Amino acid sequence: MVEIENNENVMTAVLSGDIDHHRCAVIRKKIDARADSERPKVLVLDFSRVQFMDSSGVGLVMGRYRQMSLLGGRLKVINVPENIDKVFRLSGLERLGVME
Amino acid sequence: MNVVNEMNLSFSAKSINESFARSAVSAFVLSLDPTIAELSDIKTAVSEAVTNCIVHAYGYQGGIIYINAKITDTNKVIIKIRDKGCGIENVRQAMEPLYTTGGEERAGLGFAVMQSFMDKVSVRSTPSKGTTVTMEKAIIRCVKNERP
Ligand SMILES: Nc1ncnc2c1ncn2[C@@H]1O[C@H](COP(=O)(O)OP(=O)(O)O)[C@@H](O)[C@H]1O
Ligand SMILES: [Mg+2]
Repeated sequence: MVEIENNENVMTAVLSGDIDHHRCAVIRKKIDARADSERPKVLVLDFSRVQFMDSSGVGLVMGRYRQMSLLGGRLKVINVPENIDKVFRLSGLERLGVME
Repeated sequence: MNVVNEMNLSFSAKSINESFARSAVSAFVLSLDPTIAELSDIKTAVSEAVTNCIVHAYGYQGGIIYINAKITDTNKVIIKIRDKGCGIENVRQAMEPLYTTGGEERAGLGFAVMQSFMDKVSVRSTPSKGTTVTMEKAIIRCVKNERP
């Protein structure tokens, strides 16, 4: 679901499986708990192992963007598979400048 | 246009069932031999509608979600997702992209996803009675899969 590693101020969360409203609740809690206590400069969300995502995933990214801004850090979204990018494109999330 | 296959499903409005619901509809649609992209579109749209029943229609009190899916002889899939929850006061406003009545980090994009991933989406709702979302998608028949 989510594996988190923190290396020299860069925290990477590798997401996997299905990202829907149900799973977002758990993923969000895990990421926020680590980010709150370890205060990374950059939070990287790695989507390479995500198989499915609905608009709940957009909420997850927007929420982490807000949280990182509050903590004075940055958010990066990487390795988005094609079928999932379709949902991101529709959301206009590119305008936040977090997608790579 | 005739219905050649049909299924009905009812299940508890619990978030754990979101993946069950989209997988069940996706398994039913498999008989149409959809592409992976078509299947992914349908799963995403179903996930949006079912999540809305859980988050908005019933909230914490829970209830039952009903799914009816039909396949026609014109290679179309018609999916109805129904709840007996709070209903929607203003459907047009609810369907606008980014409109949300909130709840845990909602993006307000559920209806936008349904509309862009399916050919047709219609919503019927009565406040305090419930909501029915009907979605249609034509599955393109792939020539290479045609048997001689
Ligand atoms: N089944 C439903 N019952 C009651 N209200 C609903 C239902 N589906 C959608 N809504 C309303 O429509 C709004 C927009 O839905 P949607 O586009 O999926 O965005 P989101 O779920 O992120 O809020 C919801 O915030 C809610 O107010
Ligand atoms: Mg929604």
